[in-house]
Amino acid sequence: MLSSITLFIGITLMYSTPLAFAALGGVISERSGVTNLGIEGMMTIGAFTGATVGYFTGSAWGGFLAAGIAGGMIALLHAFASITCRADQTISGIAINLIGPGVALFLCRLLFDGATMSVPVTNKIPKLFGSAGITGALKNLNVDVTVVLALVFAVVLWGFLYKTKWGLHIRSVGEHPAAADTMGINVYKIRYLCVIASGILAGFGGASMTLAIIPQFTPTAISGQGFIALAAVIFGKWTPHGAYGACILFGAAQALTVILGGGSFQVPSEILAMLPYIITIIILILFVGRSAAPKASGQPYEKGAR
Amino acid sequence: MDKTAKILKKPFTMTIIAILCGFLVAGIILSIAGYPPFHSLSVLIQGVFSGPKHISNVIIKSTPLILTGIGVAFAFKTGLFNIGAEGQFIMGCVASTTVGIVCDFPAVIQIPLVLAAGVIAGAVFGGLVGFLKARFGIHEVLTSIMFNWIALYFSNWICNLERFHKPDTIGTYPVNESSYTMILGKWKTTKEGKEALLSSDFLKDTILKTDVNAGFIAAIILAVLVSFLLYKTTKGFELRAVGANRYAAEFTGINVNRNILHSMVISGGICGLAAAFYITGNSPHGIATLAAFENTGFNALGVCLIAGSSPVGCIFAGLLFGGLLYGGQSLQYEVGAPSEIINIVIGVIVFFVALTHIIPPLVERFSKGGKKHAK
Repeated sequence: MLSSITLFIGITLMYSTPLAFAALGGVISERSGVTNLGIEGMMTIGAFTGATVGYFTGSAWGGFLAAGIAGGMIALLHAFASITCRADQTISGIAINLIGPGVALFLCRLLFDGATMSVPVTNKIPKLFGSAGITGALKNLNVDVTVVLALVFAVVLWGFLYKTKWGLHIRSVGEHPAAADTMGINVYKIRYLCVIASGILAGFGGASMTLAIIPQFTPTAISGQGFIALAAVIFGKWTPHGAYGACILFGAAQALTVILGGGSFQVPSEILAMLPYIITIIILILFVGRSAAPKASGQPYEKGAR
Repeated sequence: MDKTAKILKKPFTMTIIAILCGFLVAGIILSIAGYPPFHSLSVLIQGVFSGPKHISNVIIKSTPLILTGIGVAFAFKTGLFNIGAEGQFIMGCVASTTVGIVCDFPAVIQIPLVLAAGVIAGAVFGGLVGFLKARFGIHEVLTSIMFNWIALYFSNWICNLERFHKPDTIGTYPVNESSYTMILGKWKTTKEGKEALLSSDFLKDTILKTDVNAGFIAAIILAVLVSFLLYKTTKGFELRAVGANRYAAEFTGINVNRNILHSMVISGGICGLAAAFYITGNSPHGIATLAAFENTGFNALGVCLIAGSSPVGCIFAGLLFGGLLYGGQSLQYEVGAPSEIINIVIGVIVFFVALTHIIPPLVERFSKGGKKHAK
């Protein structure tokens, strides 16, 4: 019994971590007023870069950092389009979702002799309690270090957004950029930084998939997690704690299906697999209600416009 | 000067510029990666235009993209972002496959029945999203993403039911032949049909060697119908008014929630129709177990955006998209360049479509000789 409880917690945390990184990225970008629909593409780039750098350098953390940089760079494209060029952020985000996997698979084929999968890394991200010496029920709780990192990021981002001056600046830019501008806040600079930060976090999310959960990049390594992270942002009402909680909920629902699937239930596995998504919709109907995005989210800011 | 400015400001010109930029960026990427860009381009173009057979293959590949693109564009006009097109397409496939297997009527009844099944499934799935938004105010992107996954697993469940699963494959049985929508599908397998088609090179290539289906014709008709509905009817005006400014629409007495629901039902229905034509017109005429999304719906978002969410524009954008996807295969085969370069081309085109909004103000400033002008 104890071991199934710890297994449940372990799977929950494992599944929710890549989502949590990406969702936190989504929160910071949306809070500054830029809708980031391109999380999926940024995660894919991160997943590929992480696994590839991790393989060639032999360093998991090196790969992890590189993934963040790669995610940030592709986010720069989104930032340039949506802030400087005042482009439609939805369109730009969808473009990133098309470009991201395209670039990742293109480079993968070039670097790995035409294969769409990278060679597995030798050093994965370490486990929380090391790799040896833990048995029994606690073994299920020996999660990847990235799990803890995601939680730390969530707490830090919450503190940053709600307890610091810069956080207030970010939120004001997302709610009423013209007012923020009048106060002497540089709207463009803050939005650029937030979108890049969002790309870095999405990159981390991708890498936490391909460096910790599975040891390599595959075309399906990131298949929809970016969209679920996006959903988690909305579900969590655009707050770091809410989005993190939403990711944990997705993870828990996913873990539930794994545990139920192993039991003696006479339910087809495909029906079980639907469970997380059905639960989400039911929770939305029952508890969440009308979603309220940051007021200026999705609207480009033009200095001096009325 | 004024004339060039006027031309540059046309949406059509801007789309062309975006497409050229897409090819330019892809050419740069290819040459950095060590592939000859101009040769690659000519291989790509040859792969599409070197014969009627290839052109009809492009049309076949484009048809679901065009139809789904029209569906997405319809929702866009009402201010709704139908990212759930993927799920509506999958549900349409499931419904038309199951109905096509279970029922076996003469083609006159069977084809409308199977098409209707797809439309209804898509419409119900799209309508659910609209209902949840209208009734509970839940963001349509959020519910659409969830419904996409539910559709994926539902499709896999149906696919593995004993009633439908074809042993030793990953898919279902094909739908009954009476539901096929290929043009001259049955006749061309008969002896006189073969002889008649073989007599002409053109007919041999376009109809005998490939499975041209009625979906493309339906797509053209639908594009015109949808444009008519949106721009020439009161209902269309209401839908567009809700999209342009829901508060203003509400003030004039338009029922916003009802229009959101209607828009999603129609949008989903069109996606379902796309699926029904896909199932009845393309082998293997059934669904297969999905490991991940096949991206018809997500690509349709790209089609719709390149088309500037114009239903008629979707025909051309879909053909471009389908042509690139089809030509990309020969690119990989002949030049050795990874076919994913095509996804980069399409992504860059969409990216530049987003950027083209800055061209009109730029042109404005340019044509006024750089002088600052009061607003």
